Amino acid sequence: MTDFTTWDILRNLLLAARWTVLLSLVSFIGGSLVGVALLFARIGKSGGGRAFVKAYVEIFQGTPLLMQLFLTFFGLGLFGIDVPAWLAAGLALILWSAAFLTEIWRGCVESVAKGQWEASSSLGMGYLQQMRWVILPQALRVAVPPTVGFSVQVVKGTALTSIIGFVELSKAGTMVTNATFEPFTVYGFVALIYFCLCWPLSKSSQILERKLNVAHRNH
Amino acid sequence: MSLIEITEVKKRFGDNEVLKGINIDVAPGEVIAIIGKSGSGKSTLLRCINGLETIDEGSISVAGAQLLPDELHLKALRLKVGMIFQGFNLFPHLTAGRNVMLSQMVVKKTPKAEAEGMAKKMLERVGLAHKFDAYPDQLSGGQQQRVAIARALAMQPIALLCDEITSALDPELVNEVLSVVKELASEGMTLLMVTHEMRFARDVCSRVVFMHQGRVHEIGPPEKVFANPATPELKQFLGVIH
Amino acid sequence: MNYAFDFGWLFDYWPVLVKGILITVELTLVGGILGVSLGIACAWARALGPRWLGAIVATYVELIRNTPFLIQLFFIFFGLPALGVRMGELEAANLAMVINLGAYGCEIIRAGIQATPRGQFEAGASLGMSRIQTFWYVVLVPALQRIWPALSSQIVIVMLGSAAVSQIAAEDLTFAANFIQSRSFRAFESYFVATLIYLALAIGLRQLLRGLGWTIFPRRAAR
Ligand SMILES: Nc1ncnc2c1ncn2[C@@H]1O[C@H](COP(=O)(O)OP(=O)(O)OP(=O)(O)O)[C@@H](O)[C@H]1O
Ligand SMILES: [Mg+2]
Repeated sequence: MTDFTTWDILRNLLLAARWTVLLSLVSFIGGSLVGVALLFARIGKSGGGRAFVKAYVEIFQGTPLLMQLFLTFFGLGLFGIDVPAWLAAGLALILWSAAFLTEIWRGCVESVAKGQWEASSSLGMGYLQQMRWVILPQALRVAVPPTVGFSVQVVKGTALTSIIGFVELSKAGTMVTNATFEPFTVYGFVALIYFCLCWPLSKSSQILERKLNVAHRNH
Repeated sequence: MSLIEITEVKKRFGDNEVLKGINIDVAPGEVIAIIGKSGSGKSTLLRCINGLETIDEGSISVAGAQLLPDELHLKALRLKVGMIFQGFNLFPHLTAGRNVMLSQMVVKKTPKAEAEGMAKKMLERVGLAHKFDAYPDQLSGGQQQRVAIARALAMQPIALLCDEITSALDPELVNEVLSVVKELASEGMTLLMVTHEMRFARDVCSRVVFMHQGRVHEIGPPEKVFANPATPELKQFLGVIH
Repeated sequence: MNYAFDFGWLFDYWPVLVKGILITVELTLVGGILGVSLGIACAWARALGPRWLGAIVATYVELIRNTPFLIQLFFIFFGLPALGVRMGELEAANLAMVINLGAYGCEIIRAGIQATPRGQFEAGASLGMSRIQTFWYVVLVPALQRIWPALSSQIVIVMLGSAAVSQIAAEDLTFAANFIQSRSFRAFESYFVATLIYLALAIGLRQLLRGLGWTIFPRRAAR
């Protein structure tokens, strides 16, 4: 047990990082799907739908992700199901991501100039046609950089799932530390792996953002 | 018979009554200039005719059909009346050609080939056939406005509403847009245009409407309105302009 | 689902909750004030400081923004003692929050500074102000005013993120909820109550920061 080489440490952490990646992907994709549904309710015409999404976003952005994980974990438990940690982790992260993505995308839709709605109205298009052909294509372009930027938050958010017992990179870090008694090295490596996952995403978000701004200035 | 009948139209924004009972009848083929001070309600009037704002009282009918605020009636109206905006409002993610094709295909369900043919014809008409594949940000303001005109024309409207369509343009680009409008007028298109181009109004329009504080303050042929203003408000307005 | 909700334990355990709330508030206060100060210093270094300092700060900012708060916390609390740097849970929690907010604050404030028109620097200089004075009055205050909403949201995010400090046994609100659920066996209810308190704290903090913005930047309030 005590003869962990640095390579052993790194190998164990990298193996666990696969779960971090998988959980991030599931959360981001799931969150996007739920987020799209919420977005349509938020910008739609039904007052009830709009109020619901507003409250949803307020709650998920106004409480700690850790609490959401606990409540999902123990809340599912109330139904008498023995909840595996991955299920609670995935579900909570999906709902949490959806709240943030919806809010980001709503901003993008609202950033489309009012004149675009008016021009397409005056050409006889209905609400859905305007959305499909005029508003969403433009909103989508602006949405890419902040959406990529948010994916970094998702990757970092998965670290908290270690607390409800999902074995991913952070949890593996704690386990390896307990076996090696080398917290400095182990958490250093853990941080480094997270950095390698997140930094390319952050950077591409920045680059995309800059490109978009340049394109805008050319108008 | 008049093509557009505006009867006792009133429009409020909260407590602010912007249109206080407007009456105008527009005959087919007429070209009407709407002039007046900033805030007198010119844009609001055009927007009401196009159903972008709902009116509080009175009625508007186009080609005998009453303007009602439900989706079906609005769509029918907008197929008959096109609108051109001060800020062009081209769709920036589509080429000039696609801008002209989109509403034909989406609203009228015109087959693509046919819509494309129409788009080419309309761009040709505004002198921009060679810009079919250019994106709006590759065009000058004057060219963008001409594409916007082509886009409205492609829906084959019986009347066009133009709200200060040259105000956002550099002076040297104003004429290329006005000459397109003049061409349309001579072909018999019915036009209602808010404009600050007094010379253009005098030369091209059949009637001039002077709006003041939400009312039609004076209306008449340009010779009369410009040469013999009857009210002190119009006199003052024309004095300020010249 | 045949589960009877029971909030009777609240009666026995409310002092634990109150203590937890106070610690979360303390962490947020210290983290907020020192974190924003650090953010200002870093933004200065990146925007106007010497190049080498700017590079160091940029590295720090990237490192913090691309790793989870939980790992930063573990590194400080469990890792640093290997270098002989030892501290209690609360100090570690405070330090982690300051470092975290400092990095995000730096980027937010820097964006505000970059939006300051160039001419403002020269105007300040031409009035005979020193570089520091120019930075403070001409650059920083308008920049802060511009980005105050973004900075406020970040402070709220850091407050909510502080729930993780329970993992190094800092006795914050989440720690209290953990403690209560382990005694009362009412896990869902404990966390539910804690969540509601966090929500109230977040809403309150947001209002507080908005009010603070109005007092610090009265020009905006007038509008
Ligand atoms: N959406 C709106 N909500 C509230 N008030 C409005 C709205 N649109 C216009 N108004 C008000 O209605 C009045 C008339 O506006 P309108 O745009 O019709 O004037 P205008 O004659 O076109 O002026 P300009 O020459 O400046 O374009 C103004 O006082 C304006 O503030
Ligand atoms: Mg106007």
